[in-house]
Amino acid sequence: MRNAFADEIVQLASEKKRLALLSGDIGNRLFDTYKERYADRFLNCGVAEANMVGMAAGMALSGLRPVIYTIASFLIFRPYEQIRLDIGYHNLPVVIVGVGGGLSYASNGGTHHSMEDIAVMRAIPGMQIISAGDAWEVRAGLRAAYESGKPTYLRIGKKREPLVHKDRIADFKIGKAIPLRDGDDASILASGNLLPFAKETSETLSRQGIETSLHSFHTISHLDEELLNKLFKREKPIFVIEEHNRNGGLGTAILEWANSQNRDTRLIHRLGAQNEFFHRTANQTEARGMLDLTAGHFLNRILEVTS
Amino acid sequence: MSELQQIANELRGIAIELSFKGRTPHLGSSLSCADIIAALYWEILDINPQNPEEPQQDRFILSKGHAVTTLYAALAKKGYFPVEELSTYVEADSRLPEHPIPGCIPGIDLATGSLGHGLSVAVGMALANRIQKLDNRVFTLLSDGECNEGSIWEAAMFAPTHKLGNLCAIVDFNKWQATGRSQEVMSLEPLEKKFESFGWNTYRIDGHSFDELLSALRKCESSQETPTAIIADTVKGKGVSFMEDDNNWHYRIPTKEEVELAKRELGLITLNS
Ligand SMILES: Cc1ncc(C[n+]2csc(CCOP(=O)(O)OP(=O)(O)O)c2C)c(N)n1
Repeated sequence: MRNAFADEIVQLASEKKRLALLSGDIGNRLFDTYKERYADRFLNCGVAEANMVGMAAGMALSGLRPVIYTIASFLIFRPYEQIRLDIGYHNLPVVIVGVGGGLSYASNGGTHHSMEDIAVMRAIPGMQIISAGDAWEVRAGLRAAYESGKPTYLRIGKKREPLVHKDRIADFKIGKAIPLRDGDDASILASGNLLPFAKETSETLSRQGIETSLHSFHTISHLDEELLNKLFKREKPIFVIEEHNRNGGLGTAILEWANSQNRDTRLIHRLGAQNEFFHRTANQTEARGMLDLTAGHFLNRILEVTS
Repeated sequence: MSELQQIANELRGIAIELSFKGRTPHLGSSLSCADIIAALYWEILDINPQNPEEPQQDRFILSKGHAVTTLYAALAKKGYFPVEELSTYVEADSRLPEHPIPGCIPGIDLATGSLGHGLSVAVGMALANRIQKLDNRVFTLLSDGECNEGSIWEAAMFAPTHKLGNLCAIVDFNKWQATGRSQEVMSLEPLEKKFESFGWNTYRIDGHSFDELLSALRKCESSQETPTAIIADTVKGKGVSFMEDDNNWHYRIPTKEEVELAKRELGLITLNS
């Protein structure tokens, strides 16, 4: 997904003269083309993420449209107050791109995991959150975030994630989930890195005679309420899949929404990770297995509930 | 070759093997600080590897956690855990992850990997020692890019205020960070003057000279009233000709042939891991 971001940002910068890219001493060579073409609109901000966020706010207050980029855990947690106040409170058009969301950097240990980023970003009023499910969603999400002119967190994976969409997503809209499969027995809402697993699960279920609808629910703030209204009316289980702790993520957002709308919250099943620090040595594949975040686990959970 | 140099090269050899085996980056970062870590663990730190929980000993925090392979090598050789266990590096459920996890192995107190944490925690340990009337010292190793972080300078201002003579910060100044020359990313220089003006006893030394390392490290004594900063000029990838000062080795993983070549250059003819 990071290559898709690096490619799309070059195209976007050619169209948008106010775009400036700030990065936090990561992405060796990733931005070579961008730097060649738009050297004056690139800043390597060093290993100083809080300063980077504050500077982006200053640039936005002075007519520019910054896009800031580094590893999700370092971009969100330490500079959180800068994000909350300098960007959020002032409602500034800054696109905050966190690479390696969820367990993409699992092998690096807990310092690099971002399983609570969505929870804390959701708490900032007005902050839009998009969690990209494949490289095409990265590209579309980046454009939509930029065009929106609002503070937006774009959470992306790392590299070599499978594609779910076949091509550029023409009608990507913030707050509008993308339908991928139909089915009346249950629904699956997935956002971010695990979208390919969600698709696999839905397909396997179909072969076993259980038809689930599947949506890429890329936007966490703000929720696609029209879709949620429709799904809750069916009174069928709703499974929420995300590479994030169960507490505070998309599943929780939907739970809170359902509660506020007097919907039946028992329909919701949050298939995220347990809300604990993950202390084990593991690469992303191993970590997903240990945390019950695989297509096999999703399948079993859905079968348990639907049968 | 001095005995310390021999040890440092063995640490380098292990770091190279681990990077190869685990397919993990940051090899240049591990090599640049091998001499510093050898000097600390073999000559300076008053430690008890058999009983790491015992409070009455010196502490070391590797703030630049991405160079942990060198620290794992040192801890294994010092007897904190069996040398054979190094072969489990980054395997599922190993005690030796790519960056240290809290409590992963004895001898590592802090999970580092997010840069900019070690100095503040070291300040806290130094304060705790003083409050509890322990005269042990606290050492921490920072990287130059890490000194971009504001938190480093918050701690740097705090430590002299509280007269933490029992604290020593070493900067592995290899002149590179992940994506560029340190000095081109942020104006670190003159780095020793920065620490000095913040109130530290500061030494700028050749970080590959054991004489200079040892004499500077010995300046840290808990009886004094000023913390010690050692700006160690180092070479990223030190010890292996084709890695030295080539920042591709921040990310690159050596091939089998490169491992052999490197170990030959380091004088490690007998392979032990
Ligand atoms: C807070 C934080 N931001 C970013 C990173 C990603 N990262 C890993 S190593 C590194 C820079 C390495 O340069 P330096 O600190 O000078 O250490 P060296 O490898 O040269 O010893 C960066 C930015 C990180 N680990 N922590």
